[in-house]
Amino acid sequence: MASHPDLPPSAERIRVSHLCVSYHGVVALHDVTLTVKAGIICGLVGTNGAGKSTLFKALMGFVRPSQGEISINGLPLRQSLRRQAVAYVPQMESVDWNFPIHVANVVMMGRYGGMNLLRIPGRDDHRAVRESLERVELWPLRHRQIGELSGGQRKRAFLARALAQGASVLLLDEPFAGVDIRTERLMITLFQQFRAEGRTLLISTHDLSHVTGFCDEVVLINKTVLAYGDTSEVFTEENLARTFGGSPAQRLTSPSLAPGPEPGREPSGSER
Amino acid sequence: MDPLSWLLEPLRHDFMVRALLVSALVAGVCGVLSCFMNLKGWALMGDAVSHAVMPGVVIAYALNLPFALGAFVFGVGSVAAIGYIKQATRIKEDAVIGLVFTGFFALGLTLISKVRSTIDLTHILFGNVLGISGDDIRQTVLISVLVLVLLLLFRRDLILFCFDPTHARSIGVNTGFLHYLLLSVLSLAAVAGLQTVGIILVVAMLVTPGATAYLLTDRFDRMTWIAIGSAVLSSVLGIYWSYWMDASTAGCIVLVQTGLFLLSFLFAPRHGLLAQQRR
Repeated sequence: MASHPDLPPSAERIRVSHLCVSYHGVVALHDVTLTVKAGIICGLVGTNGAGKSTLFKALMGFVRPSQGEISINGLPLRQSLRRQAVAYVPQMESVDWNFPIHVANVVMMGRYGGMNLLRIPGRDDHRAVRESLERVELWPLRHRQIGELSGGQRKRAFLARALAQGASVLLLDEPFAGVDIRTERLMITLFQQFRAEGRTLLISTHDLSHVTGFCDEVVLINKTVLAYGDTSEVFTEENLARTFGGSPAQRLTSPSLAPGPEPGREPSGSER
Repeated sequence: MDPLSWLLEPLRHDFMVRALLVSALVAGVCGVLSCFMNLKGWALMGDAVSHAVMPGVVIAYALNLPFALGAFVFGVGSVAAIGYIKQATRIKEDAVIGLVFTGFFALGLTLISKVRSTIDLTHILFGNVLGISGDDIRQTVLISVLVLVLLLLFRRDLILFCFDPTHARSIGVNTGFLHYLLLSVLSLAAVAGLQTVGIILVVAMLVTPGATAYLLTDRFDRMTWIAIGSAVLSSVLGIYWSYWMDASTAGCIVLVQTGLFLLSFLFAPRHGLLAQQRR
């Protein structure tokens, strides 16, 4: 595979071994082990509360595992995070679109980790921002306030930030929520380009139709990894029943209806 | 009376010149901070901290320590108390904020009634910028400069922290540090603002200019400049107004601020009421 020159030449992007995370004594993830290679689009599928966002938090170093470890590009997680290897693309509902900031500045925030303490951008930073914005076709809109972008443009702006960051691992949180079909196609095209460059994409979703479409691999998760591997092999009736607690497949697109073992909110560090 | 003498006559008094300079400086600094308070959604926190510094100020005066020190300890302490109670119980955050800051404020009130001889309650509650002492001026200027330097130094990080703390953390920015930096700066600014408009109204200094500016622009830089401008203008006009009408200085300053906000609320080109109705 032809890897992007800026990415670390590692065949293995994510390695999680025997990861356990608990909040206030409640187990959120138990004995999670998986390896994702470079240039893979991997779906992360589970009900709400199954531990998808806990796994993301663990991959960003937000939670301290009670057991196990994570390495990215062959390095311990902390080191990789310091090299800005992991980019998180937020759910669109969690962004304050009225914030007085324009598109280029959002993308520039992807570069902050590599800058000095005053965060004064250098020539490389400006070039990275320009290249990223051109790739997602937002360069002409760079001076727009972010709220003035359409839904699809908003998504692309945050993808551009991950590109500007030079991330080799992208964590995408429900990227297709509330997206029209045209934007969805455009995003998938971008995802496939990222894959061709050797980036690894971990896409959290509860909507199975997206997963079968373009994910190379799938992780089925419910507090632990139920099944992991090539999409075609993992997506069996039996595995899906285990993931979603036995409810019929067509109901799974609406996770609130799916009776998981522990329905309800994802446990998070700040609440009890 | 002609406008020139309206402007110049008060400047013949030293106390007026002092008051104008000090409150313009404090207002400008609080104006910068108010942008962050608005964007972070910390207005209520500003209210809480500004009330909670009171016992610190009283104790500092009683012990002859710099009042900034006491304010700082109690300001940050109140926020730590809020954070601790919130995560240790099931009580919702707004209730925790309400009960903690009133508790601190009550402590301050009780303390001040026992040491009445050295400090004046009304000065703390409503400010005393016209009678500000040289010692207080020095401390207030020092605090204002410190706050301004910190806000400028960490400006981009603080914007990132307000906008997307998750991303900030994921690229290795120390968001815990930024959180406490903003809180510390808030405590310090509250005690500086206290000198001009007093504890009760200081939250206006920490919120209103930012809100006014937020309706007028979609650029952070411009928002900051507009907030500074409206805050300084308000304090200057407010002091003049209070001089000529012989009215409460704090009341006049905050009234002018509120007036400017109303203008912005009605006539802001894109986010104002009239502009929105025309759409």
